[in-house]
Amino acid sequence: MNVKSMFGGIMKVSFGVRVLSMLSALTPGLALAEWNLSFTPAITLLGAEIQAVHNLVMWIIVGISIAVFGAMFWSILKHRKSVGHKASNFHENTTIEIIWTVIPVVILIAMAFPATRLLLATRDSSGSDITIKATGYQWRWGYEYLDEGVKFYSTLATPRSQIDGVTQKTSTYLLEVDNPVVVPVGKKIRILTTANDVIHSWAVPALAVKQDAIPGFIRDIAFKAETVGTYRGQCSELCGKEHGFMPIVVEVVSEEDYQSWIQAKLTVAGAPSFDPDKSYSVTELVAAGEQVYNANCVACHQTDGVGMPPTFPAIKGGKIATGSIEGHLDIILNGSAKNPMMAAWGPILSDMDLAAVIAYQRNGINSNGDFLQPADITAARSE
Amino acid sequence: MEAVHDHSQDHHVPTGIMRYVTTTNHKDIGSMYLWFSFMMFLVGGVMALVIRAELFQPGLQVVEPEFFNQMTTLHGLIMVFGAIMPAFVGFANWQIPMMIGAPDMAFPRMNNWSFWLLPPAGILLMGSLLAPGGAGGVGWTMYAPLTIQQGMGMDLMIFAIHILGMSSIMGSINIITTILNMRAPGMTMMKMPLFVWTWLITAYLLVASMPVLAGAVTMTLTDRHFGTHFFNAAGGGDPVLYQHIFWFFGHPEVYIIAIPAFGVISEVIPTFSRKPLFGYPSMVYATGSIAILSFLVWAHHMYTVGMPVEAQLYYMFATMLIAIPTGVKVFNWVATMWKGSMSFETPMLFAQGFLFLFTIGGFTGIVLAVTPIDIQLHDTYYVVAHFHYVMVAGALFAAFAGVYYWLPKWIGKMYDERLGKIHFWLSLTFFNVTFFVQHFLGLAGMPRRIPDYALQFADWNMVSSIGAFGFGLSQVFFLYVLLKAIRSGEKAPEMPWEGATTLEWTHLPTPAPYHSFETPPDLRS
Repeated sequence: MNVKSMFGGIMKVSFGVRVLSMLSALTPGLALAEWNLSFTPAITLLGAEIQAVHNLVMWIIVGISIAVFGAMFWSILKHRKSVGHKASNFHENTTIEIIWTVIPVVILIAMAFPATRLLLATRDSSGSDITIKATGYQWRWGYEYLDEGVKFYSTLATPRSQIDGVTQKTSTYLLEVDNPVVVPVGKKIRILTTANDVIHSWAVPALAVKQDAIPGFIRDIAFKAETVGTYRGQCSELCGKEHGFMPIVVEVVSEEDYQSWIQAKLTVAGAPSFDPDKSYSVTELVAAGEQVYNANCVACHQTDGVGMPPTFPAIKGGKIATGSIEGHLDIILNGSAKNPMMAAWGPILSDMDLAAVIAYQRNGINSNGDFLQPADITAARSE
Repeated sequence: MEAVHDHSQDHHVPTGIMRYVTTTNHKDIGSMYLWFSFMMFLVGGVMALVIRAELFQPGLQVVEPEFFNQMTTLHGLIMVFGAIMPAFVGFANWQIPMMIGAPDMAFPRMNNWSFWLLPPAGILLMGSLLAPGGAGGVGWTMYAPLTIQQGMGMDLMIFAIHILGMSSIMGSINIITTILNMRAPGMTMMKMPLFVWTWLITAYLLVASMPVLAGAVTMTLTDRHFGTHFFNAAGGGDPVLYQHIFWFFGHPEVYIIAIPAFGVISEVIPTFSRKPLFGYPSMVYATGSIAILSFLVWAHHMYTVGMPVEAQLYYMFATMLIAIPTGVKVFNWVATMWKGSMSFETPMLFAQGFLFLFTIGGFTGIVLAVTPIDIQLHDTYYVVAHFHYVMVAGALFAAFAGVYYWLPKWIGKMYDERLGKIHFWLSLTFFNVTFFVQHFLGLAGMPRRIPDYALQFADWNMVSSIGAFGFGLSQVFFLYVLLKAIRSGEKAPEMPWEGATTLEWTHLPTPAPYHSFETPPDLRS
């Protein structure tokens, strides 16, 4: 199906745009700029249809514009005092008023038919092959393949240094994650959305889906990708300070690749996150904890744990990270009762990661000397 | 914008600042509304420039994400409640009594009070930035449950909205009473200038919708502090309930802003076309229809929340219906111009800018009415572009048209026509540089309310930011044009516009005296 239909034709990159892109070559930030004028090409049939209906509506609008603006500019040019035009005095004509009420009605009815058909099709999520639950967290997505039993979190993979402009931004800047959603091509995928804290929205333009994820409720949306590839989207409902930093990446793969991906995920999930017979040294845990901290904590508590009081308290010298280690573990595991911004990390991080990040906060950022073994976390969870 | 106060000496009116604190004169109060609105417009504009400065390039350069969110939130609230709405209330105060042949507003003391509520509300809004944790970074729509997480800045914003709501309701009661009871003999309803009609309809919209917003933010307040769970599913509530309540206010609010603008345009276009307004009755009926429909389409702002498909269909059809009365208005304005004898002084230029750009905003409204398309464009820059075409090129351009049109009547001096035209062309150009390109960003999928973006959006964002700074500077230039007219403008002739037909031009001297129409003109004949 030709996605770049009708309107794409007249929106071809023009001379003016080319001049602009030559100018842009002079600015490093614009080196990867694309001067996009229309939709991301859709890889679902419904997405292509939505874009086609949009283009149809645009053509109707072009037609109406020519009529309305034509009359307006004709009148501006010809019926002006400076060219000596004398004003008529008419101010009523029932016939013409009926005509220009009826014509829009007819146009709108003509638009309503394809719109209705398309809306009914996009809202049909029945008969899906795979169901994935997407949960919005501040600020990452959690995915659960309900039938396959695969579960993981998906967090922004762009390093902070690119955001701060210290290192060169790559072409997938802000649109890359550590664990993408993987789905097979040609299968109907149903996404159930919900959220853990505030409203988020799961949106991928190429798949033509956007569905709010509402805490306490489950909503659904379905798509069927026709082309193998990687497709990127972003959270589309303001969800707090890192709203711009929780992308969605969907990899559409062949059925075989999908099956082997599921197997690999299940193997990883089955394996324990740490070696139960081993006693980890503080240096090992601090080194691992720094990675966990930079992936999960740094957005709020900042580099070196300086925090942004009062909402995001400091780790460095902070009451909790220098207080009792049980209290420290409790707040990381279960979240803060006093400050709703502090999420419960128990369901998100593994025992190994939790032990490591506590060790890093207490001995990398602060110097308390005490730390916990991953096995202690396992024990604390079962209490 | 001071009226000449030849009569005021008779009544021992206080002078200096106390004159303005205690005034019950509709002209003084109108001027205060307009100046307050212009100051808030500049404050909200600076906030917009902080946003556009951050978005000039990918990466975080200027502000932190939470401050960025506070800027988008306050920019929206200040522009809607602090700038655009008070500007049109200012026009209403100045113009309605003069246009219907009344001596003043029906409740002059309440009029004073409804203005003086505004500065405390403005202080609360801006002061929220200084609260611990800053202002709420939740967007002007203030969706729950994000609002529950905010610091006390959020509470200050809620109180500001309560106060603004009280002010609006009092202003509206005053306007409705004035229009219904204080028209000169012979000024029947269907002879009222269209500006008066549009304000009558707007005032009803305000009285009906502001309490709904007050309810929504009060529920947010009790959820935050008093243990209620209106918007918390864990306590039996629903976050989407907030959105329904908010948009039941929010959609009429769009027309609260747009309809008085229609009124100004319906005065300016006939004057400078030297031809009566085409289809006056249908203009009145179209405005009324828009007002009624505006209460029936609120959920088209929330197609992605997952409502039943039947509800989506209803809201799609109802939304499409609004295109019909809106189309009628545009056609009537063009028909008014048709075979007129037009001249293009600054008010007319802004009216033409309004007509052209507001119609484009209407067209993108039709695109967004189609639910499957809206879902693609929801919460993207396409929506940002769409509503700025309606709010800035619509309401703001109409306000500029109104200021240039009535300034000679208000101050008895002319603005510099050449400078006014420069202001128009700068505004028109930079407005489009800023906002037209945002349609492309939205189509390509750039979400709104993000402080940093993927590289594919870099090009148009840079263009848009350049346009925004140009637009901002053009409005500083407007301040200069205004001050120059007030200080050293040429004396205005008795009738500066040969096509004007409303009472303030035909029955009052220029500038209008401090007390006008102490005896109503008799219009029966």
